Order: sequence, then structure tokens, then C-alpha cells
Amino acid sequence: MSLILLYSLGLIFEKAVLIIVLFVVTLGVAAYATYGERKIAAFFQDRLGPSNAGPWGLLQPIADGVKMFTKEDFVPNQSERWIYVLAPGAFIFVALMASAVIPWGTTLTLGGLNWSLQVADVNIGILYVVGLASLGVYGIMLGGWASNNKFSLYGAIRASSQMISYELAMGLSLIAIVMLSGSLSLKTIVEQQSGMWNVVYQPLGFILFLTCALAECNRAPFDMAECETELIGGYHTEYSAMKLGMFLFAEYINMFISCTVISCIYFGGYHFPGLDPNWLGGLLGPIILLSKSFFFIFVFMWIRWTLPRFRYDQLMHLGWKSLIPLAIVNMMLTGAGILWLGK
Amino acid sequence: MAQYIFLTLAALSILTALGMVFSKNPVHSVLYLILTFFVIAGQYILLNAQFLAVVHIIVYAGAIMVLFLFVLMLLNLSKETEPQKSTTWKISACIAAGMLLVTMVGALRGGIQVNIPENASGKVGLVENLGMVLFTDFVVPFEIAGILFLAAMVGAVLVGKRDLQV
Repeated sequence: MSLILLYSLGLIFEKAVLIIVLFVVTLGVAAYATYGERKIAAFFQDRLGPSNAGPWGLLQPIADGVKMFTKEDFVPNQSERWIYVLAPGAFIFVALMASAVIPWGTTLTLGGLNWSLQVADVNIGILYVVGLASLGVYGIMLGGWASNNKFSLYGAIRASSQMISYELAMGLSLIAIVMLSGSLSLKTIVEQQSGMWNVVYQPLGFILFLTCALAECNRAPFDMAECETELIGGYHTEYSAMKLGMFLFAEYINMFISCTVISCIYFGGYHFPGLDPNWLGGLLGPIILLSKSFFFIFVFMWIRWTLPRFRYDQLMHLGWKSLIPLAIVNMMLTGAGILWLGK
Repeated sequence: MAQYIFLTLAALSILTALGMVFSKNPVHSVLYLILTFFVIAGQYILLNAQFLAVVHIIVYAGAIMVLFLFVLMLLNLSKETEPQKSTTWKISACIAAGMLLVTMVGALRGGIQVNIPENASGKVGLVENLGMVLFTDFVVPFEIAGILFLAAMVGAVLVGKRDLQV
């Protein structure tokens, strides 16, 4: 009895440590993604970017954090106070939850113990991620509605209709992956890519998924939600101080998680040709996965600072009349390939 | 342990459902209903039916309730000054819903006795087994449901078309 108790206590301790480490890493990556975005934007526009806070402006995210925390926290008079306060929390909560099912590596050997590098290997991992993506819309909707400002409401309605539309194509492009691997567990999907990455079999699916991920994260060219030139600031117009900070931060967390999910399902996760993810006591796996993820974060920023924003009707046309039919065609091609070529 | 979790979830689901019924503001009602769906998804997970739980969240909380909120926001029905229904309406609605409740309780009481095996290897609800059962034993109802959904989708597109020419 006491052995079982000891074992479950050990398991809880192991998972708690992993969750805290993941939390810190995710927040750190999100914070430095803001720095990276500024530097990359500056590079694309032939500027210097942040350069005053610390060497090469490296302390800029900390300065931003201090600014966000110490600003006046303003709540509009006519707002739905409770929902107004809860919305940013709900948004960042949903964004942080997704890292639980991502397999960050195989096992880490540290201090004579084996640490599994995945918080929960649920057998419906992909659906869990899709479910969280579909819940992400609530923070935006409620925040925009509760501020009682017409620009916020427009932003919220645009953002949520965009997210609902692109979720469909995203789910359909994921079905092809599920058909290929025969499993919904992210761990199994990554394990199966030790030889060949899924992107080789699913080039069209990858492009569809990348486009939908951009739209789900409300990144340019799909940043309809905040569209400064038309809507002032979109759904977070009425937010200030750390509540605004949480919205902005959650968007960067979403970007990091989407990039990691893309690396996991299309680019082999912690596998890399010629490298064994078990090297360095298992630490190489997470390093490989994070490098891939950072590369895709760079791609996201590259796209943002290259392409102009879509018009709203073009966005809807692209989602419903191009991406969804293409995703269905991709699904049928995959089915035919599995049937006649045996993968 | 599982017993306590079940009781907590059951109490929570009743509380949130009551909150949904008694809220004056429709948006609050929707939020309470979303909470109810989450609690029910918790019950599914307790039964080891993870697939059902996550599909429940995706479909109900992630899609249908978003559309509800959408309509409420677009029509701005959030005012508490909406015209109230007359007392006669309220009483007749209560009676109708009460009769539905009585009928359902009567139909379910001792009527359906499904023999659920106690902890049937804990894998009944996993997606592999669910898919196996759906595509072998229940393939006809499954396909019929699919056709029904297709018909509903075509109908929705037709209704949504602005200038309909039949």
C-alpha cells in the first residue's frame, strides 16, 4: 500500500516539476518572441530595433513586462466587469494548456532518474489540441463584448468568425495525418516519423495547416481581429496594463505552441536524420524540437512582415472556397494513396 | 476517490445548469451552459471515455456555444430590459417542460437496463474500440446519421442563400 502511495507521490512530483519547467520555458519563449519579432521586423525594414535595454536590447522584454505591470489598470465604466476581468485570464489559460500533450522528447536521465518528457500521453492528443484551439475564441469574444465598445465588438466578431472558419480546414487537414498514422496520440505520431517526416507524404496538408495556424493565431496576413487601421485595436481596444499584456502574451504563446505542433505532426518532432534524440541524457530531443519550433516562429514573423493584410471578404473566400475544398481533396488523395500504394 | 470526484462533478453540473436557467442576462446563461458542458466532459473522462469527452468539448463548447454567443452579440440581446413573456406563457411552459420530465423519468425508470460491465478492462471508451463498434455493429445507423447530417447541411446552405431561385 505504502509503496503504491510512494509511487503515485513520485509520479505527481515528476509531473509537477515538468509542468513548472514547461510553464517557465513557454513564458520565456513567448517573452523573447516579442524581442525576436521586433528585431526581425527591424531587419526587414532596415532599422536597428530595440537596442537600449541591455546589450543588443536583450532586456527589452523585461522592460516591457515592468511597463505592463506598473501602468494604470483601467476598467471602462459601462463594461460587464466580471467577464471583462475574466476574459484575458481565460485566453491565456487556454493558450498554456496545450503544452501538456506535446511530446518534448523521449526520456531525460537526470540524477539517476528517468523523467518522461511528456506531461500526459492521452490517446486523443491531436483532438485535445484542436479542442483548445476552438476554446481560444472565448477569451477574444468575451473580452470584446464585455468592453462595451463597438470597435471591440467588431474585432471580437471578426476574430471569432475567422477562427471558426479556419478551424474546419485545420481539422480536415489533420484527418489526413490521422489516416496516415492510424493514431490520435501525438507521441505515436512523432514516433512513426523516425524514418521519414510526414511532410513528405503531406505537402499540401502542411501548407493548409500552416495557413490555418496563422489564421488561428490571428497573425498577419490574417490579423483581422486587431486591424489597427480599421478598428483602432480590435477586441482589446479597451484593455490596459497587464490585462492587455495577457492578451498580447497569449498570442505569442499560441504562436509558440502552434509552431511546436507543426514540428511534431509534420516535421518529425524530436527526430532529426543522423541524430539520436537520446543523446546528452535525452536532452537532445527537446533541443531538436525547440530548434524546429523556433524556425517556424521565424517563418511566422517572416510572413507577417512580408505580406499585406487580407481584406475581410477575401479572408472568408480563402477559408471557405479554397482551403476547405483543398483539404477535402487532400483527404481523398491520402485515402487513395493508403488504399493503393499501402502508404 | 472516484466516488468523491463523481459527486463533486454532479453537484457542480446541477449548480451550473440552475445558474443557466436563472440568469437574467442571456450571455451569462450561455457561459453557465458552457461550464455545464465542461463538467459533463469531466464525467466522461471519469468513465474513461476520453474521445467522447473531447468531442463533447469541441462540438458543444467549441462550436455550438460560440454560435449562440455570436447571435446574442450580433442581435445585442444582452439587455435585461427585453420584453418579458406574460405569466400565462410562463406557466404553460412550466407545465409542458414538467410533463416532459415526468415522461422521461417514467420511460427511463427500470425501462432500459443496460448491463455495463464493471470496469470492463477500462478501455471501452477509447477511440479504437469506439471506432470498431461504430463501423461493425452500428454501421447502418452511423451511415444514416451521416446522410441526415448531409441533408441538414444542404438545407442550411439553401436557407442561407440570399436570393433563392427554385
